[in-house]
Amino acid sequence: MTMLQGFQIALHALRLNPLRSFLTMLGIVIGVASIVTVFAIGSGAQLRLQEQIRSIGANVLMITPGAVYQGGVRLKDGSKLTMTEGDVQAILEQIPEIQAAAGSLAGTAQVIHEGKNWNTTINGTTTGHFMVRDWQLASGRYFSGAEESGAGKVVILGSTVARELFAPGDDPIGAQIRIMKVPLEVVGVLDRKGPAQDDVAFVPLSTAKLRFLGSASNINRDSVAYIIAKVAADGQMAGARAEIESLLRQRHRIPAGQEDDFKVQDPAAAMEAQQGAIRTVALLLVAIASVSLLVGGISIMNVMIVSVTERTREIGIRRALGGRMRDIRLQFLCEALVLCLLGGAIGVAGGITLSMTVARMAGWVTSIDGEAIGLALAFSIATGLIFGFYPAHKASRLSPIEALKTE
Amino acid sequence: MTALPLISLRSVSRTYRTDGIAVTAVRNVSFDIAQGEIVAVMGPSGSGKSTLMNMIGLLDLPSEGAVHLEGANVAELSEDRRSSLRARSIGFVFQSYNLLARHNAIENVALPLVYCGVSRAERLARAERSLQAVGMLHRAHHFPRQLSGGEQQRVAIARALIASPLIVLADEPTGALDSRTGAEILALFAALNRTGQTIVMITHDPGIATQCRRTIRLHDGELVSDETVAELLPRRSVAS
Ligand SMILES: Nc1ncnc2c1ncn2[C@@H]1O[C@H](COP(=O)(O)OP(=O)(O)OP(=O)(O)O)[C@@H](O)[C@H]1O
Ligand SMILES: [Mg+2]
Repeated sequence: MTMLQGFQIALHALRLNPLRSFLTMLGIVIGVASIVTVFAIGSGAQLRLQEQIRSIGANVLMITPGAVYQGGVRLKDGSKLTMTEGDVQAILEQIPEIQAAAGSLAGTAQVIHEGKNWNTTINGTTTGHFMVRDWQLASGRYFSGAEESGAGKVVILGSTVARELFAPGDDPIGAQIRIMKVPLEVVGVLDRKGPAQDDVAFVPLSTAKLRFLGSASNINRDSVAYIIAKVAADGQMAGARAEIESLLRQRHRIPAGQEDDFKVQDPAAAMEAQQGAIRTVALLLVAIASVSLLVGGISIMNVMIVSVTERTREIGIRRALGGRMRDIRLQFLCEALVLCLLGGAIGVAGGITLSMTVARMAGWVTSIDGEAIGLALAFSIATGLIFGFYPAHKASRLSPIEALKTE
Repeated sequence: MTALPLISLRSVSRTYRTDGIAVTAVRNVSFDIAQGEIVAVMGPSGSGKSTLMNMIGLLDLPSEGAVHLEGANVAELSEDRRSSLRARSIGFVFQSYNLLARHNAIENVALPLVYCGVSRAERLARAERSLQAVGMLHRAHHFPRQLSGGEQQRVAIARALIASPLIVLADEPTGALDSRTGAEILALFAALNRTGQTIVMITHDPGIATQCRRTIRLHDGELVSDETVAELLPRRSVAS
């Protein structure tokens, strides 16, 4: 008897009892579906993080406000803007490893062009921002020196904003848009960097201060919300970081022993750590899903043992008609394998559906890779072989004479 | 010249041991069966007929003595080899038909060929011919539960014949049938024998036994008589 015949006999037997066959494979279905879903969500999260790491740019340090003391009371981190444009200038001029640096102020506002409007992040910054992040233009130009110093009414759009405000054929360059009733001329459109990054509009820092954020109480004329700085080479990150820290402590006149009023971070490194954490959690979830696969395997073994008992006479007949022990073993092993493979296939389909639903409903990025599907199917084949072997072996060892005598 | 017997039993005994109690079901039995014979095996219940049949059919091995099939001692063959011989050289017919309930007639008939490595198309073609030979081709796609006892036994006989076996072994093939249907089955066996098919048939019915040329009688596991009826002898001589 060949493997193919084994599968034919198995399919025939399983078709006769579809409900029972389905219930038997349910554990495998659930196990495989969970593995596929967990993998899809996990690798989606990783992809998203990788995209963010890439979008930040290589060798970037980010300086944000830290804790401040006011009348002896420690205020929450970031509650006061402690960085200034002077700090940006000093970092650029006094630290040789820093290639570019820029300060930013950001908020959200509605941008309007003719009939269309779109809610987005307005980032007030300088051309240095694009240098730090290696962010090229798709068309147009960056801000001019005069626009940066003189609060020019110009804007550079992220690709998402450009797409939302302008029809596909329309050239945004030179068009007038409005933000908080202020008319601005579009001078540039940026390259795509990733869905989370492209939803932004940049204006000169001076423009943001004068026209949009000037009235906010916690902002003095010189403040910026955060600074990004590009370090020339990978190996210089730690050194540059230490130099920035001592420079800023000195500029902010922080006495020895007192906490910094700023934080210097390496966002890429932080995200890499986060990526490791995601991987760990995903592995843990896969391990849990595998338990369901194990339970599924035991359920298959259980049903197969019952089936062998029920079909003892059939086994006796097959043996009398020339079936070898290994033919009987193959027949029942094929049955377990078909159950597992079918369960695995349904599970893969279910897992893909589930992760697509999660992606739509929760807005998460999910990614289904062939590797995860292959792994899940390999798991189910292994389950079939492991848990099908004992019942199949038991069936093959039945004495044909005794088997023929059973009712 | 004496032809090599198809089957030969030499001082065959079979003892079952359960919980230290030994039951000798067949004791020191010797006889030969030649190609083309039809043999009735008779004896009271428990006299060892089925035990004997199982050994001839390679389902069981003697505790002592030897069974030879075409000169080969079956005890010296591997389990797999004995299984293959069952598929190719032995055709079983049982009292309770033993058709697979979940397969239709033609699939049941084709079953032994699955274990002979025959392709599906050829299996079905040969099963059709076999069903034709027992007059059951018109019921090929019916399931056992849709057939009467006599019809099921015909299908079972078609299955026993499909691999053109050396010998057909029937254990009370008419035991579950009424006398008229039983007579039809018996006529079928007689017709098969006339085409040269070797048949060994266990029966309780003396009327059936008289229609076989040769009758072997068992009692308490021992062979008590082995008679060949002279007037039914075939024209060519039978090796004895
Ligand atoms: N597996 C077994 N274990 C123990 N004893 C057995 C076994 N199989 C058969 N026997 C015994 O062997 C003897 C012969 O049994 P067998 O089935 O060969 O008789 P039989 O002639 O076919 O009877 P019947 O006409 O009722 O079918 C009986 O006494 C029976 O109890
Ligand atoms: Mg019997």
